Formats: sequence, C-alpha cells, structure tokens
Amino acid sequence: MLLMSRLASLESRRGWQVFLILLVLTIVLVPVLNLTLPPESPFHVPTYMLSLLGKYLCFALLALSLDLIWGYAGALSLGHGAFFALGGYCMGMYLMRQIGTRGVYGNPDLPDFMVFLNWTELPWYWWGFDQFWFAALMVMAVPALLAYVLGWLAFRSRITGVYFSIITQAMVFALMLAFFRNEMGFGGNNGLTDFKEILGFNIQAQGTRIGLYVASAVVLALGYLISRFIVTSKLGRVLMAIRDAESRVRFLGYSVTNAKLFVFTVSAILAGIAGALYVPQVGIINPSEMSPGNSIEIAVWVAVGGRGTLFGAIIGAFTVNGAKSFFTGAAPEFWLFFLGALFIVCTLFLPQGIVGFAAQMRARIARKATPAPEEVGNAASKHRA
Amino acid sequence: MATFMAAFMIAGLVVCGITLGAFAASTARADAYTDAIAGLASPGFAEKAAAIEALGRLGDSRAIPVLEAMADNQLYTRKADGRLVTGSGGRDITLTDAATGEALGPATSRDLTRINANNAIRTAVGAAVGRLQIGDPDPAKRLAAAETMVRSESPDTVPLLRDALAREQVEDVRAALTLTLAKLSLSSADPGERLTAIKDLSSRLTPEVRALVTPLTLTKPDGTFAEPDPQIRAAATELLGRIDTRLMLTELALNLFQGISLGSVLLLAAIGLAITFGVMGVINMAHGEMIMLGAYTTVVVQQAFREYIPAEFFGLYLIISIPAAFLVAGAVGVAMERGIIRFLYGRPLETLLATWGISLMLQQLVRAIFGAPNKEVSNPGWMTGAVEAMPGMVLTYNRIAIIVFAIMVLAGLAALLRYTPFGLQMRAVTQNRSMASAMGIRTGWVDAMTFGLGSGIAGVAGVALSQVGNVSPNLGQGYIVDSFMVVVFGGVGSLWGVLAGAMTLGIFNKFLEPYAGAMLGKILILVFIILFIQKRPRGLFALKGRAAEA
Repeated sequence: MLLMSRLASLESRRGWQVFLILLVLTIVLVPVLNLTLPPESPFHVPTYMLSLLGKYLCFALLALSLDLIWGYAGALSLGHGAFFALGGYCMGMYLMRQIGTRGVYGNPDLPDFMVFLNWTELPWYWWGFDQFWFAALMVMAVPALLAYVLGWLAFRSRITGVYFSIITQAMVFALMLAFFRNEMGFGGNNGLTDFKEILGFNIQAQGTRIGLYVASAVVLALGYLISRFIVTSKLGRVLMAIRDAESRVRFLGYSVTNAKLFVFTVSAILAGIAGALYVPQVGIINPSEMSPGNSIEIAVWVAVGGRGTLFGAIIGAFTVNGAKSFFTGAAPEFWLFFLGALFIVCTLFLPQGIVGFAAQMRARIARKATPAPEEVGNAASKHRA
Repeated sequence: MATFMAAFMIAGLVVCGITLGAFAASTARADAYTDAIAGLASPGFAEKAAAIEALGRLGDSRAIPVLEAMADNQLYTRKADGRLVTGSGGRDITLTDAATGEALGPATSRDLTRINANNAIRTAVGAAVGRLQIGDPDPAKRLAAAETMVRSESPDTVPLLRDALAREQVEDVRAALTLTLAKLSLSSADPGERLTAIKDLSSRLTPEVRALVTPLTLTKPDGTFAEPDPQIRAAATELLGRIDTRLMLTELALNLFQGISLGSVLLLAAIGLAITFGVMGVINMAHGEMIMLGAYTTVVVQQAFREYIPAEFFGLYLIISIPAAFLVAGAVGVAMERGIIRFLYGRPLETLLATWGISLMLQQLVRAIFGAPNKEVSNPGWMTGAVEAMPGMVLTYNRIAIIVFAIMVLAGLAALLRYTPFGLQMRAVTQNRSMASAMGIRTGWVDAMTFGLGSGIAGVAGVALSQVGNVSPNLGQGYIVDSFMVVVFGGVGSLWGVLAGAMTLGIFNKFLEPYAGAMLGKILILVFIILFIQKRPRGLFALKGRAAEA
C-alpha cells in the first residue's frame, strides 16, 4: 500500500497519463503497425524503422543514465560510452557463445577470432557467458564495478567538475585502447559480431526484432521509473543540493561521496543495460563505441533535451539521433557541422534544453503582461555545473 | 798493375753483376705480374683462382680494374691476336690491354672471347681486391677492403691486416679492420692467436662483436664446449658481459632520447593548453584543432613555396610557417573567445561542450577544404639526416630540432609572461580579475589576447608536429587527451609543471613501451595519472589563483 502510494507519487496525475499513453504507443502501436498493415500502406512501420526505433530507445536509456549523474548530481561523466560498451560486450560474449559450431571454424567452444589467434582454450573471463542469466548479471555487474572503483577514487579525493570529466574521458580512452588489442580476447579491432541467436530465437527474425524492441521500450520505462524514484526521494534532494552547493552539503553532515557514488553506480548499470539491449539489435559491438567522441555526444543528447529533467534526456536522445539518421542519409558532410552547431547553440542559447525552452515559453505566455522574473531553472543553470 | 787491373775488373764485374741482377729482378717482377694476368685466361677455374690470389699477393694496384672487370664478366681474349683485354660498354666495346693498360680502341663482341667467372672466382676477386685496396688512399675503399677480406683464405692475410691496422688512422676503418682480423684469428687453430683476437676486440663493444664472440661460449650438441680452451672461454664471457652492459647503456640512452623527444612533442601540444586551460581555466576541447590548423597552415605555406619561390629557398618554408601558423590559429582562437567562450565563463562544463562542437566543425571544415586523406609535408633539407651520438645510437635531426624548438617556445612564453606588460596584465587578471579591472586593465581584451596566445602556440606546435607525423583532419584528436593529461599531471597553470609533466610522461611512456607494448603502455600511464591525482589533485606544481578555485 505504501509502495503503491510512493509509486503513484513519482509523477503527477497528468504525468502518469502521458507516461502510460506513450508506453502503450511504443509497445503496442508500433509493432501492430509493423505486423498488420501491408507494406504499401502509408501507416506501415517497416522492420528497419522498428529496429532504428529500438536503437533510439537504447540511446534514450543511455541518455537517461547520464542525466541522472550529470543533471542531478552535477558530475559530467564523459565516460558513459565505456559502461554502455561494457554492457554491450557482456551481451556480445553471450551471443558469441551461442554461435557454437556455426562459426567459420566450427569450434564448439572458441569464437572464430580466438581460433584465428591460435588460442586453444577459452580465457577464464569468458567462462559462464554461455548462460544467459550469468551474462545478464554481468551486464549490470561489470559496469557497476568499474563505476564503483572509478567513482570511489574520484569522489573520495573530491575530484569535481571538469577534472571528473577529464578523468572519465581518460578512462574511456584507455579502455578503448585496451579493447583494440587482440590479446585482450574481445576480438580486437573487429569486436564481436556475426551473432546467430538469442535465447534460442534467430536474431535476424522479425519476431525477435519486435521482441527486442518491446524489451527496450519496457526497460526504458522501468529505467525511467527507477530514476524518477531516486530523484524524488530524499537522496534525490541531497543529490540536487550537491549539484548546487557541494561544500555546503558536506558541511551539513551528508556524505557527498556516498551519495554520488551510489548514483554513479546506478547510472553505470542503466548504461550497461542499454548497451546490452543495443548489441543484439545492431548485431555488432566493437571498441569504437568507446571512442571519447561518442561519450561526449551522449552529453549533447542530454543537453539538447534538457538536463535535470529525466524525460528531457529521452527527448534529446530521440531528437539528436533522429537528426543524425536524417543527415547521414541526406547530406553526410553536413552532419558534423550540424552536430557541432548543436553543441554551441545548446550551451549558448538553450541552457535548459528543449524542455526548459518549452517551459520558459509557457511561462512567458502565462504572464504576458509582466516581464518574467528569473526562472528557477534558469538560476540553477547559472550555477557552475 | 795487373793485380790492380784484375781487382778493377772484378769490381767492375761485380758492379755489373749487381746492376744486371737488379735488372733481372725487376723484369722478374714485371714478369710475375704479366704472368699472373695471363694466368687469368687459364682454362681451369682452379688455375684462374691461383692467378687471382697471386695478383692479390703481388700488391700491384694496376690489377684492381682488371680483377673487377673479370668479376663483372668483362675480361676477354681478343680473337685476332690472343691478347688479354678488358672491355667496357655494351654493344661497342672499348678495349684496354689487361697487362699494360694500353688503350686498344673499339671492338664488337664478335671479335672477343669472354673469360668466364663463377661465384668462387668472384669471391677470390673480392679477397684479392681487398688485399690490394687495403693500402688505398681513399678511406671508403679501405673500409670496403677490410670487409671483403674476411673471405680471403690465404694464410698471410692476417699479417697483412695487422700491418694495415698499425698504419690506419681513420677510426671507422680501424674498427672494420679489427673486426675482420678478429674474425680470421678466431677461426685459427692456434689458441694463442684466438686469445689475442679476443683481446684485440676488448675495446669494441658493438653488437657485431657480440655476434662474433657468442659462439665461443656455447656448448655443442654433444655437451662439449665449442671452444676447448677455458682461458679463451673466460675471456670471451667477460667480453660478452661488458658488451651487454654497454648495449644496455646504449639502449637506455636511446630510450631516454626517444622519451625526451616524445616529451617535447607532448610539451608542444600542451603548452598552449597550459595557457587556455591552465591560466584561464577554459576547457578548450578544440585545442587539438588549433594544432591541426597550424599543421595545415604549414601545408599551405609549403605549397606556396613550391609554386612561387625558387627551389633553393624551399628549406625556408618551415621558418615562414611558424609565424603564419601562429597568426592563423591565434586569429581563430580570438574569434572563438569573443564569439562563444566569453559568454560561458564560470560554466566549465558548458564550455567543454561548446568547444567540442567547435572542434567538430573545424575538423569538418578542413575536411571539406583539403579533403580527408593525409597531406604530405616534406622535411626541409637541413632537417633530414641523422647524427650517430654513440655506436648504435642514431639521433635524427628532425627529432633534435623538435626538442630544441619545444624548449625555445617554452622559454619564449615564460619570458613573455614574466617581462612584458601584457604578461603582467595577464597574470594580474588571472590572480584577481576585479582588482585588475579596477586598476584599469581591460580584462575582456586580456582574455581575448590570452586565448589567442594559447591558440597561436598550439598552431606553432602544429608546424612542428607536421614534421614528425601525418597531417590529417583528425590530427588534433590524437593529442587532446594526452595534452590534458600533461596539464593536469603537471599542475594547472604552471609552465614548469607542463615541462615536468610532459617529460615525465614522455620518458615513462618510452620506457614502458618495450615491456608493455605501445597501447598497454599508454593505458598504464592513464591509470597512473588517475591514481596520481588521488595524491596530488592539483598536479605536481599547484598554483593559486582563479584556476585553482575552479
């Protein structure tokens, strides 16, 4: 009963309505439009579009996870690509083991690239990845462990602001270099690919694709609710206080280190899950996912949507990636110009992103007569992030 | 009287005899030479080889062109009179008499019979020419001779080499002679000679000597030592030990040099960042692109020199590139600061994202103008080449130039900050902005100029980096993480910190590389820095001021 009322309090009445409508639209309507309508119908959703949307859902979860640590705890991690990719690699390892004897070399235990490297037995860190439950556990445990260790090192010595960003960037860069090495046993340059099936379903089949898409949507919804739960709790208040005045919170007797460490770890777990859902949908994971540029791009998704508002991160991920898909198809040479301009415009003119801009517009319309006083959101953005 | 006459006659006879004898000896020598030359035309290979060896022993340098012609299949007998001739040229052969060197005019291959040579003959020719050339006035020829004589099998080669060594002045030739001598003596059956050979080698601690001596200390498959004499074995082992020490020291010195070289590249890349990030506290993610712009300016200046300036001045293009790159990158930097960054002071994370956006756009812009593939930048003549500082330690001029240049840039910047009014204003604004403003310093202008200075120095770094790496639109990306590491490690805002940070990381990297591989070395360094920041969150040389509070 208590839990129910706590759940209900996550969103306003209107918020719950919008949430449920959107959930039903993504989970039910899109697959139905894909399955039932003939391809020539204007409302038909082609399977590639469905996969694309599934990819966006994973990106949205990733953006959500970054928003949790950046938007609420004020620590901009430029290494979230690492957690995403580690989750993806854990899933990829499971999928590699599922190939079995269908690989080019037909080795029942070793993935093709290991046979190619003349390895004779599976390295210890690949043990257990033939079991889905183990892989699923690792998808969360590996990023969580990395985030915990890195966060503990960073937050304990009060590394904040830009220094934290640079350290996380160095971390993702180092990991990328490490994964590029063939000796690491993760397929080196080429990464893991050529997956055949997941939980016994053919990974190329339309049904599996719809299943993965629905799973991504459900997980995103759950991730949203969990994040909502955290930020509306007392811990969430402490986090926001840390974001706005870290030293003061520390002097008031709260453990800033523990609060940040907790939310950083949760954030890494969400990013790992996003990666795990992403890999079967795109069919490949390689070290370039960990390039520092990719991780910074996540920050722009959040910034465009509006940081510090969880659904803003989701909106941002969809908007920017939608634009990316459009540009890479229509005018690939302009995409980087657009993305670069987006970075600049967002920081200069839209410090609260699309969501903040919409709120501002609404407020302006509401009090047309009097000049709008400083918005609360604006004041927060003025503070050093 | 008669006795007197008799005595006179005897004396005359004796004198006559001596003169005659001398004459006879000289003809005999001339004959020996002509005979040996004639022997080259013998039908059997063994006889030819004997003739070649005889020529080598005679020590007459006239034989060298004849022997070389023989090795090149250009020794013939003329069909008309059976004379032995050397010829040069392909179809119309110009003939020279082999024995006398007299020019005999042209002929065609139909008039001649070729004297065949096989590889054994060529080896013998090499050895004989070596013997003949060991006394040549040209050191390069003596060097070649010393090396070819290893193959000589005649027993008097060793004394000949000793003799040559005693007379030799040029160090390189001495080294080659010693080595050849040792090679020959080491295979001698006389233990005393082998021991002398090792003693002779004791001052030459090179890898070649190591390869030469190592077999002496090994065991044969049947368990016995390859070298029966224990004294020689001990001497060889001792020599090997000294060689290994020397080689290790050389490697150490080489690693150190490469480390300093990498460190100076890092230093160049990071100095500009020490200004923009260190002094101003601006996280400039487009810093790498300023380096890239500098490198592309070099490409453009080089192209302009190729097209409009006479070729003999081409080497100067690099000198012109330095101010050009400074101006281009500096101007872009000032534009960035005035247009975007100044609105974001006090919001470092937004600055980070905005400058990242700028970096993406600059990269794409350069890609649109110059194309994605690498641009080629050629080193000017005075930068190509190398100097051998120690045996086995070759230092290329472009690496040395970059080290010197990096130090010069650092020193110039330090002087600018320390001794100019602008430097004073810059330090004032850094330490206390509002007070500086109250004192009448135009803080906005100082900000713009400081940012321009940092960017301009990054552009200058690009000129230097274009000399050691590829110039591509992604050039800057490779340096951005490293530069930040250097600045964070060295201590934000301290030029000496940047120097210390860059050199430490460069040397550390090069020493790790052989053990851990290039990538793992880099990873270890990143991990090391993350741990280091635990202990010294503000870097090696911490600075107080605006940057320290950020």
